[in-house]
Amino acid sequence: MADIDVDGALIEPHIEAVAGLERTWTDRTSPPVGVIDRSPMTPRKRLLFAVIALVGAISWAMIAFVRGESVNAVWFVLAAVCTYVVAYRFYARLIEYKVVRPRAYRATPAETYDNGKDFMPTDRRVLFGHHFAAIAGAGPLVGPVLAAQMGYLPGTIWIIFGAVLAGAVQDYLVLTLSVRRGGRSLGQMAREELGRIGGAAALIGVYVIMIIVIGILGLVVVNALAKSPWGVFSITMTIPIALFMGVYLRMLRPGKVSEVSVIGLLLLLLAIISGGWVAGTAWGQDWFTLSPVTIAWCLIAYGFAASILPVWLLLAPRDYLSTFMKVGTIILLAVGILVVRPEIHAPAVTSFAIHGNGPVFAGSLFPFLFITIACGALSGFHSLIASGTTPKMLEKEGQARIIGYGGMLTESFVAVMALVTALVIDQNLYFVMNAPAALTGGTAETAATYVNTLGLAGAPITPADISQAAANVGEVSIIARTGGAPTLAVGMSKVLSGVFGGSSLAAFWYHFAIMFEALFILTTVDAGTRVARFMLSDTIGNLGGVAKRFRDPSWRVGAWFCSAIVVGCWGAIMLMGVTDPLGGINTLFPLFGIANQLLAAIALTVVFAVLVKRGLLRWAWVAGAPLVWDLVITMTASYQKVFSSNAKIGYWAQHQAFLDAKASGAQTFGSAATPQAMDAVIRNTFIQGTLSIVFAALVLVVVGAAVAVCVRSVRVGGSPTSEDPELPSHLFAPSGLAATKAERDVQAEWDVRGREHVSAGGR
Amino acid sequence: MRTFSRPGGVARAVVRVVRRVGLGVRWYVTTLLGDHDYVRYVEHLARVHPGAEPESVRDYWCSRHAVAEVQARCC
Repeated sequence: MADIDVDGALIEPHIEAVAGLERTWTDRTSPPVGVIDRSPMTPRKRLLFAVIALVGAISWAMIAFVRGESVNAVWFVLAAVCTYVVAYRFYARLIEYKVVRPRAYRATPAETYDNGKDFMPTDRRVLFGHHFAAIAGAGPLVGPVLAAQMGYLPGTIWIIFGAVLAGAVQDYLVLTLSVRRGGRSLGQMAREELGRIGGAAALIGVYVIMIIVIGILGLVVVNALAKSPWGVFSITMTIPIALFMGVYLRMLRPGKVSEVSVIGLLLLLLAIISGGWVAGTAWGQDWFTLSPVTIAWCLIAYGFAASILPVWLLLAPRDYLSTFMKVGTIILLAVGILVVRPEIHAPAVTSFAIHGNGPVFAGSLFPFLFITIACGALSGFHSLIASGTTPKMLEKEGQARIIGYGGMLTESFVAVMALVTALVIDQNLYFVMNAPAALTGGTAETAATYVNTLGLAGAPITPADISQAAANVGEVSIIARTGGAPTLAVGMSKVLSGVFGGSSLAAFWYHFAIMFEALFILTTVDAGTRVARFMLSDTIGNLGGVAKRFRDPSWRVGAWFCSAIVVGCWGAIMLMGVTDPLGGINTLFPLFGIANQLLAAIALTVVFAVLVKRGLLRWAWVAGAPLVWDLVITMTASYQKVFSSNAKIGYWAQHQAFLDAKASGAQTFGSAATPQAMDAVIRNTFIQGTLSIVFAALVLVVVGAAVAVCVRSVRVGGSPTSEDPELPSHLFAPSGLAATKAERDVQAEWDVRGREHVSAGGR
Repeated sequence: MRTFSRPGGVARAVVRVVRRVGLGVRWYVTTLLGDHDYVRYVEHLARVHPGAEPESVRDYWCSRHAVAEVQARCC
């Protein structure tokens, strides 16, 4: 028995280590608040991990080196899962021991500020669900689909190893930073750790990046719903369903959340099925066939409404539906892939990856693959969630590993499944759907001709094949349905109808998938608009003087004004994409990826600075290495987007080319068929080029501020961080998803105490 | 071992497992969505501020939506 001295602690916990079991008390009259089994791994466990590592290595070999006609999807699933297990057990644990150093005796913000409302210690398994539902959206689904034009191998490697070494590390460390700081947001932490200038640049960066992300995701929805009466009807119906749910919960049966969610889910399924009937009628086609521009305006109106209406009426019920759909569909897809075990007919690496001339998006593998697949490998947006609601609900510091690191591994797995799903469809069909309309033309004949010039393996595609593929999923046309969502829906329809219903249900599954992606994105759009509105009104309010009134969120004029600005910003970007003569997705998606990865750079910079300040120089590489890699890819991509002389890649080169054409008096140029279209390209490329410069500059300011802070700190041998003072914890909870033997024993002690407490006249 | 010696025992064991899994799923979904949050809040209030009058279910959800920030949703 040995007492361990905890240095620098303000509270004095009592820690005992007996036979490898380390128990921590903050109050000797209560059971321990923490227990860690520090005994070495048993031989059986060692053998188990050796087997897992071996299976993973074999799977990677099958994917990477075995060249044949096709690869089975199961190898992807095995390679991913085995890599995650090994990384979680060894790398995440190394980070936990050396960098995070969770303390069971420290109360988390959830325990300290528990009010049963926004701060509330939540069961780790439940919080895992909440956190996963908040980080996983359409990003890990569409990014890998677009990146599939480069072949399956680079995307798979980046999704899995990017998550293990960068994305999950970012999520985990940002979460632990926020937990030690009362659940404060990334913007606030940046200001406290990097100073005024770095903080301001980070705050503006976060705002601008959110706007871009919402605008481009909106564009993905528009492309998924345009010319699809079935999809438009089903998605429209989600709004009355959500309103009904909101009123039901508020007026009829308050608090019965799962009851109303089940009702809502049934109504949602009805909406998908009835969409098929409606689309089959003349009036249905008449009413619900909307042009992309109309849909974009509807989305703008929706975003504005969601931002000003009470949360309980629209946002909260939609969130319940979307959580249900998210978890359910992802499980469904995983089961589908394991049951059907589809073969993947695609090259490991395509020539587009090397030459950078792919039609889906331009640019070569480095850096654009790492930009296109953001969510699923490394996503800066997650840092907003890891420093948002999640830290206010975490019971114990030791649970951050499963929530932060484990949550991101799960999202990475979703991205692997999305990649697999996009690759099971025919390669010709993939390019018919994903090359912009400017290249494929509008008809089956022109699309077939174009795709057959790409030199893909396999038999050439015929116009009849294309029409048949559209008819199979109940769509009028699937040509140039860019954005990734329709392609994924075709793949999902193929996988899921292989398990349930066969080809007769293919159209249902296609629209089910479209609905599920659109629902995800609309949740991002509405919640994001509201969050950005609060950020904007806070920032304006902090200017002081008359602007102070903006701090009051219930002041209607302020709410409407800020909502209008936010919606106007992302609406303009979305409309720019929708009307872009060059295609929209191919020009804007790189901007989305760059924005998201630059946000990751901001988050990792804050983490890195804190590690240096804490004096953890030996381990700062844990955040430093992904930060350097992220800066290399984002800065290279930004540089190419700004300075490349290739008009397909560089925004300014394209801008100049169209300016020159206009000056020479040309009426048409490239894919712009009219002088107005030429003006649109000139305007769009100007905005896109300017945004690229602004993003990169903001991030460089943040990094510069962090370097200054780090140098100062190293000179004086470490400096204080903005960590909150320690407060003793009085609750116990296991760390991993499943409790260990030692944790179950301690839990039993607490259970006994709880019963004694009750019988002694407590509640 | 004893339980599995008769066919009835096997059936009972299967029913028990199915029941346990079903209850687990129900617990998870209802907790995830927040069905038990009000009860938890009442208990928490009684523990921290004994004697304080808790809000009604309706008021609890109203004020909760007013207090809690909207969670940003990732892409």
